[in-house]
Amino acid sequence: MPPEYRDLVEQSTYGHEDRGWKDIGNSKELIEAHSLCAGCPESMAFRYILASLPNPEDTVMVGSTGCTSLVFPMVAVHNIHSLFGNQNAVASGLKRALTVRFPDRIKDVVVLAGDGATVDIGLDMTLQAWFRQEKFTTICFDNELYANTGGQESGLMRKGFVAKMAPTGKKFDKVRLPEIARESGCCYVVNLTVSKPSLVEKVIKNAVLLAREVGPTYIQLYTPCILEIGKNSMEGLQEMRDSEKPGERFNYKEYITDEAKQYLADLDAKKKSAVIPAAQLTE
Amino acid sequence: MANELSETQKSQIGKQNKKGQTYTDPNHLFFKAPRTAAFYTGSEVIKEAIRRASVDVMVAYPITPQSEAAALIGELYAEGYVADYMRGESEFAVMGQCAGAAFGGARVFTTTAGPGTMRAMENFPMWVGSRLPIQMIVTCRGINSPLSIQPDTLEMYFLLGTGMLMWHAETAQDFFDWMLMGYIVSEQPDVHLPLALCCDGFFVTHTKDTVMLTPPEMCLPPYDPYRSPVVCMDMESPPVRMMRDPFIMKSNYISYMTHASWQEETRAACERSRKHTIPLIGGLIETENVDAEILIVASGTAVSQGREAIRLLEDEGIRVGLVKVKSLRPFPFEELREATKNAKHIFVPEFNVIGWLATELKAALPDNHRIIAGPHVAGGMTMPAEVIVRKNSDLSGVFGYYAAGVS
Ligand SMILES: Cc1ncc(C[n+]2csc(CCOP(=O)(O)OP(=O)(O)O)c2C)c(N)n1
Ligand code: SF4
Ligand SMILES: [Mg+2]
Repeated sequence: MPPEYRDLVEQSTYGHEDRGWKDIGNSKELIEAHSLCAGCPESMAFRYILASLPNPEDTVMVGSTGCTSLVFPMVAVHNIHSLFGNQNAVASGLKRALTVRFPDRIKDVVVLAGDGATVDIGLDMTLQAWFRQEKFTTICFDNELYANTGGQESGLMRKGFVAKMAPTGKKFDKVRLPEIARESGCCYVVNLTVSKPSLVEKVIKNAVLLAREVGPTYIQLYTPCILEIGKNSMEGLQEMRDSEKPGERFNYKEYITDEAKQYLADLDAKKKSAVIPAAQLTE
Repeated sequence: MANELSETQKSQIGKQNKKGQTYTDPNHLFFKAPRTAAFYTGSEVIKEAIRRASVDVMVAYPITPQSEAAALIGELYAEGYVADYMRGESEFAVMGQCAGAAFGGARVFTTTAGPGTMRAMENFPMWVGSRLPIQMIVTCRGINSPLSIQPDTLEMYFLLGTGMLMWHAETAQDFFDWMLMGYIVSEQPDVHLPLALCCDGFFVTHTKDTVMLTPPEMCLPPYDPYRSPVVCMDMESPPVRMMRDPFIMKSNYISYMTHASWQEETRAACERSRKHTIPLIGGLIETENVDAEILIVASGTAVSQGREAIRLLEDEGIRVGLVKVKSLRPFPFEELREATKNAKHIFVPEFNVIGWLATELKAALPDNHRIIAGPHVAGGMTMPAEVIVRKNSDLSGVFGYYAAGVS
């Protein structure tokens, strides 16, 4: 077996209940190299998400065509790429098959696709999966354009932005998918950037755990395409920080239903009661 | 070996599913189990085949003339014969949902027709490349504008290049047998491809016919996803990274070679299906009197009409042979060359305006001036046997006149 595989067996964090972004650097990551542009924030997003999945040993991911699809071949959880925009349809069928085949086990399904895939070409399948209450998490890497095809206008692009295929500036507002997700039946919706790994970790864990039991969840992450907005490799982080200030597009925004809130609170309580207080240990 | 089961599947034989049906050795089910006659529509026959097929997931969407069959499978789901069932939001989505379920290791079934087939088209080469053994019934109907729901096999032309296995049923009996046999062929490790099982809408789906059914208490052994030549996406096997570098964007030899060889391999898998298919459906073609100088070569219900025309021609003292093409992919090159070697005139009646079967035959047979494409009917027109007789008589110089509206 190649060393890379041995490392995965011996030093990765499959099965570690408290796995998280802090494992990065002292364990084998579930993502190897990547072929994104140097400094692309999508690479940070991938690393944080893969470090945060609560159950990677039983998680299957579904991707779509775009910059993300160049990364998936190097991800060490089973993942499906089939077509552009069909990710939530594929995930619906996949989740159902896994539920039929493994009725007594948890098999998490996580979709991860670009904004073009989620909002434009795949919008009907994104929404219909939510209407049907399909139990999986949808993550959108929102870089506000079609990066992989060279920076064309997308529905999540800002109004007025000049891009390919929007030569005089985009004519309509950034589609409000988080609000649409809330109205379409998602029990947990978060809009954020990937500037803070601990926050990304918490959000991803919540999203996957809630999708298991309560209902569909949606996470929209700003992963700016530094190439197409003319930034240098070092400038991705600052771009995200700037865009998450109050009033900006990616100021942290969360919608959660009462049922989802209660579910997370119960989980928390269970976890706390399972931990033996330090005082008892010393006795 | 043809039509082997895996050890896991063999271990299921004789056991019962939750509906009390017994998982039965396919060869026993197909060839030895007692059969009883039933008088059913084609749609009802589809339901009866699925009752016995141990299907895990069906995805449905309404479009005439398959809606009735798709809804009847819903009843089977409600009764517990199919593990999961859903209505998708469009045929494009349906075929994606089917793909997801098949990637996850389920035995998957769906049905579509006409504009639905066209809407879903992007999925079919993807199913093939992903080696998903999904079974899709195509109840052909018009795809032209103005809108038509009538029988017309033009959509099959577009499926020919997708890489799917493609069979064309003539009767409801073909349907019943081939649906069950189709899963066994599709799921062989050296095949592992989707099957488009086509029929002519209405003529087969909406007419009643006597069909010999296997006992309802016997069913196929379940699908074993671990026989797939590619990894089942369930995280039950080690998630070895598929590749170091994705091939999609690379402009280098190894990338081109990977894509080219995989396309070759999926086509080769289709060819390898012959050895499994032939013993089950009794050959890729079926022939009658092929020593005759005049032959009718057809698929689907055009075969039935051809048979009737042959009877009428016999009354005129003209002897005509028949070739029924059952499998279009793989295409029966050798079988057709052999069957047509004595023929001087080969008529190819078709229910579509372009005559794709004649085009295929012209590319496959020597001395292809022998092939007379037609008659063609389209848009729901029926093909009275007399029309074939006329075309036949016309061109073979026995007697001739031209039927208006038929070219
Ligand atoms: C049916 C189809 N239409 C168009 C394309 C071309 N295409 C590939 S990736 C892409 C853009 C992806 O944009 P997005 O989803 O935002 O992902 P990003 O590359 O920005 O991460 C497009 C249009 C395709 N592969 N398939
Ligand atoms: S094109 Fe943009 S989104 Fe794609 S890898 Fe480069 S920087 Fe990232
Ligand atoms: Mg994008």
